[in-house]
Amino acid sequence: MTEQTNQNPILTVNNLRVSVEDQEILRGVDLSVNAGEVHAIMGPNGSGKSTLANSLAGRPEYTITAGEVSYQGENLLEMEPEDRARAGVFLAFQYPVELPGVRAWQFLKAAVDARRTARGEEEMSAREFDRMLREKVQMVEIDPELTRRAVNEGFSGGEKKRNEILQMAMLDPTLALLDETDSGLDIDALRIVSDGVNKLRRLDNAIVLVTHYQRILNYITPDFVHVLVDGRIVRSGGPELAHELEEKGYDWVREGVG
Amino acid sequence: MTTTTLNRYPQYASDFEALTAEDVGPAWLTNLRLHAWGRFQELGLPIARRGNEKWKYTDARPLANVAFGHAPDLEPETGAGRDAVAGAVALPPDWVNLVFVDGGFSPALSSPVDDGWYAGSLAGALDNRQSLLEEHLSRQASFDDDGFVALNTAFLRDGALVHIPRSFAAPRPVQLVFVTTGRRQPRVTYPRTLVVAEADCEVSLVETYISLTDERFLTNAVTEIAVGDGANVTHNRLLLESLDAYHVGVSRVYQATDSSFASASFAKGAALGRNDFQALLDGPGANCTLNGLYFTTGSQHMDNFINIDHAQPHCTSRLLYKGILDGKSRAVFGGNVTVRKEAQKTDAQQTDKNLLLSPEAEVDSKPSLLIYADDVKCGHGATAGHIDADTLFYMRSRGLDVATASQLLIHAFASEIIDTVELEPLRDYLDARFMEAIPDATLPMGRT
Repeated sequence: MTEQTNQNPILTVNNLRVSVEDQEILRGVDLSVNAGEVHAIMGPNGSGKSTLANSLAGRPEYTITAGEVSYQGENLLEMEPEDRARAGVFLAFQYPVELPGVRAWQFLKAAVDARRTARGEEEMSAREFDRMLREKVQMVEIDPELTRRAVNEGFSGGEKKRNEILQMAMLDPTLALLDETDSGLDIDALRIVSDGVNKLRRLDNAIVLVTHYQRILNYITPDFVHVLVDGRIVRSGGPELAHELEEKGYDWVREGVG
Repeated sequence: MTTTTLNRYPQYASDFEALTAEDVGPAWLTNLRLHAWGRFQELGLPIARRGNEKWKYTDARPLANVAFGHAPDLEPETGAGRDAVAGAVALPPDWVNLVFVDGGFSPALSSPVDDGWYAGSLAGALDNRQSLLEEHLSRQASFDDDGFVALNTAFLRDGALVHIPRSFAAPRPVQLVFVTTGRRQPRVTYPRTLVVAEADCEVSLVETYISLTDERFLTNAVTEIAVGDGANVTHNRLLLESLDAYHVGVSRVYQATDSSFASASFAKGAALGRNDFQALLDGPGANCTLNGLYFTTGSQHMDNFINIDHAQPHCTSRLLYKGILDGKSRAVFGGNVTVRKEAQKTDAQQTDKNLLLSPEAEVDSKPSLLIYADDVKCGHGATAGHIDADTLFYMRSRGLDVATASQLLIHAFASEIIDTVELEPLRDYLDARFMEAIPDATLPMGRT
């Protein structure tokens, strides 16, 4: 996929600076993601990986102090979080939120319909929605009973993460941001989540995968690996960079920077 | 004391005098009313601000300061016609509906039953069921320590009676609708309800309070429900009066051995509302569920004072009240779950949860357990919070706008109580009434 010549940019980040509660977390990030690509953002704790993913999804308490972000030719930073979602941006949360009393299928239906309505399409029929939900539920190997329960309420850690991938599958994003989706997963859950992500890889979409560990990259092979340290991308390369990091640790890139 | 009270409430005094002058009821009822009036003269209304634990967070003075007049019309004009009432409330034709207009029973709007079981006006039962009335009226709702109950009892001349005989399952739900119209102001009505559910019977009740006026009025309601051995009673109380209404509702439930009582109280109306609900579990194995949902906005004040008294062993009670507060409104949740020394093996839960939609809304939630037995399983808790910023962002990141996300969350919060209603037309009606009240663009009060 990387050898594509007709590159179709989905996301272009230029010199992005982001502060949270007056503390600067991202200090000038540049990133270009084309259709069909999977990018892994790696970095030690506190490097700003999650801030990057959340800023792109529009988390309100993150203040953009400088830089531009273009998503399919549009100024992403001017869009409300819900408009980003309707335009095809999806964030799989590191800590998925519980929605007491809001049933998972009901929430998914509202989300799917919001995206369709924004595209000028009609809301999905109950029958079509059921069929699609059943298919995706099988794909992420989730207990169908969970879709009848309140979103994430009483779900195990693994179920919550799989539920994020279920939502991703239902919403079929153009740009999927996975924020440490691998953290806290046992090996079976990791395989299921990775399989789900791999099935969603296409030539017309892109995935940005934020992770602390190289482990998930054994299942999802990235086209590019970027190392984020202290709010800046200090190194970019191919999949081999992840293995190098695994071997040498983050101190190695840190020293390189110094 | 007596003179002060008379001076303070001259309107009530002259109304009582007028009522007594024309009174033609049986002697025991006249005596009951005279006693109640005497007690009211001593008690007055609960306006003291110091040492008044029952009214600690609710100031009754605005209500006490208005000279509400009693305007008894034995033959109520049907200014509130069927259409007006039907437009304001769910009136399924297969239910027994008893409609009271400005305190008077309206035969034209009602479908009473007197066919082995009775659901009709209190006054209409004086001939055939006088001993039942004499035995049960004012038995659960004591006026010894309550000025509102005393006043209601002093003006007692009609109301609703539901009598289910032993081992009988009422084939239709019974709804009591109390309507206040705008015919004369400021007006007070004294709705009075007596339910006698004998051993092993079953009945489903709905008490609905509505108004067809924007004028200020007072509803001073008293409901007494006696649940016999092994009887099964479900009950819903709907306070849906206008936002200018004053409403003080006192409900007293008595439960005998192995009886079951499940009630849900819904409150959306009233400038000043009080839901004083008390269940006495007086037989082993009794089971009591008291649910509640209140929505307040503007400058409304809603006070829920809910008490469950476990007097006998092996009883179970579940109390769950939920509030949704908007504007500058204020809600109170108070009362005790009392477990007496004899009440071993009690299983009791008491919870109050509040969702605040505005930074100016306030709730005083004071659930309390008083346990005198040593072998019991009891718990209580209270929460109050705004829609959380993380929750809202999570929903927005899935494409839901703020209004849709908030509505979904608020609806889910309310549904936990609304879904307990077994009568489907009522559940649908409540769902619609509560959802229409929720503001369109509810803004998050979290960190955003």
